[in-house]
Amino acid sequence: MIRIENLTLGYGPRTLLDGVSASIPAGALTALLGRNGTGKSTLLRALAGLGETRSGRIALDGRDLGSLSPQRLAEIVAFVTTERVRIANLRCRDVVALGRAPYTDWIGRLGREDAGIVAGALAAVGMSDYAERTMDKMSDGECQRVMIARALAQQTPIILLDEPTSFLDLPNRYELCSLLARLAHDERKCILFSTHELDIALSLCDGIALIDPPTLHHLPTSAMIRSGLIERLFSNDAVRFDAATGTVRVR
Amino acid sequence: MKSRSALLFPLLSLLVAAFFVVDLTTGSVSVPLDEVWAALTGGEVAASTAKIVRSIRLVKAVVAVAAGAALAVSGLQMQTLFRNPLAGPYVLGISSGASLGVALFILGAPLAGVAANGVLASLGVAGAAWAGAAAILVVIAAVGRRIKDIMVILILGMMFSSGVGAVVQILQYLSHEDALKTFVIWTMGSLGDVTAQQLSLLLPAVGLGLALSVVAIKSLNLLLLGEQYARTMGLDVRRARRTIFLSTTLLAGTVTAFCGPIGFVGLAVPHVARMLFRNADHRVLLPGAALTGAAVVLVCDIVSKWLTLPVNTITALLGIPIVVWVVVRNQSVA
Repeated sequence: MIRIENLTLGYGPRTLLDGVSASIPAGALTALLGRNGTGKSTLLRALAGLGETRSGRIALDGRDLGSLSPQRLAEIVAFVTTERVRIANLRCRDVVALGRAPYTDWIGRLGREDAGIVAGALAAVGMSDYAERTMDKMSDGECQRVMIARALAQQTPIILLDEPTSFLDLPNRYELCSLLARLAHDERKCILFSTHELDIALSLCDGIALIDPPTLHHLPTSAMIRSGLIERLFSNDAVRFDAATGTVRVR
Repeated sequence: MKSRSALLFPLLSLLVAAFFVVDLTTGSVSVPLDEVWAALTGGEVAASTAKIVRSIRLVKAVVAVAAGAALAVSGLQMQTLFRNPLAGPYVLGISSGASLGVALFILGAPLAGVAANGVLASLGVAGAAWAGAAAILVVIAAVGRRIKDIMVILILGMMFSSGVGAVVQILQYLSHEDALKTFVIWTMGSLGDVTAQQLSLLLPAVGLGLALSVVAIKSLNLLLLGEQYARTMGLDVRRARRTIFLSTTLLAGTVTAFCGPIGFVGLAVPHVARMLFRNADHRVLLPGAALTGAAVVLVCDIVSKWLTLPVNTITALLGIPIVVWVVVRNQSVA
């Protein structure tokens, strides 16, 4: 579970989030919504321990983020960024195996248990057949799934994903989000991902965290739909979003 | 994949051993194989031949192996750390730091009128180069602590090199012909100027650098995905950077101190190793690059002895086609 208390985040002179508090539960899939440039990535990076916070406190599974060593942090939270990773000669199995880094010895040798976890993670994202392939010969979507398998192999109670659906086609988006929901429910993980896919967020996620600069609203999905916040934030002169039906209308 | 490295490692080791022996037989005086053997094992052979083989060629061949392994491993580490196929052991400015040290020693000291100073003279060219390279490490480490983005460090290293290069040019411009020639010849590189005593400094320093690179293997594998991902997988990025910088400075700095700046080996050999082993895992790639580097520099030394040309010209003429080929053939190198 992620607990944020009085968190203030910014970018240069800009303040993105000002004194926000929220608590993202375990066993639930939570979508992080917000318009472009409102600080979705900044918030996720801060939660992953990659960014700096101006003030406030982040607790992951009850432990203060600032007090965790890199190694301990990697055992609690895994992160999938938007960065495209394409390394020649690096097999998918080896990429996923890197996720075992917090648990392996000084030179990164995999034990039998580790190898099983790696195979399981590849199977979970449907990439078992690609284990021996190298990443320079794969599509964006396939690479994305391998990076997610790597995060799963890290076996952390918290997983953060920055726009994991952006390279995927429609069926694959739904499939990936169903997978994340299943992981959250079956393995009691706390999964938070940023996305621009309102329809997916509203139909598949248990909770929605919505950035309404400089605040953050966190509500169960049904309450978020009724709140009218989504309509307010995701409408402009050209389009209107209807949360109840999940449809977009051009004015 | 496994059988590939199981085949390549013995093959490369054998190749290094073969080139090593050929290197011993090659030179201005050709020494046949049986006499080389006799000289090394203390058998019946002319005293002059024994001297040539043991105190000149053997030292030079050992230096070639050490230099090749050191430059290749430091180049590989820089390419992985900076995620840039065109990075090499000198991107941090190690060679320009060494050049500055040497330039100050050869060119600057006479200008300042302190050439006869005992302390300076005992330091020697190698000591001056080493001091220059180490000074660069201190600067990079100090700057690197404050800078998060590794690309900024890369750019700073390049700018720093250019700035130091300009200072060296000023020294060259102001210097007398004799000193200038000594300096220019140093920049062409030579494996043959290392004495047996210096070897007892060079080998431990290179050994320590290689040991540090082995310690860094897990970090290097994580860094393949970039510093951000490496951090989320538990890597203490600053500590990893420090280890890698120190290893690179020990390896490239030491070789440059004793042999001058040897170009293209550190840039080209990691690519050759990647192509041979078809693997990105540093547990395979690092020893692979070390062996390949040793073989390549031995070949360069043999060729340079045939043609009696500075070794740097040979490494460049051999290295450039490799780099061009790699870049053209494989446009997504990492």
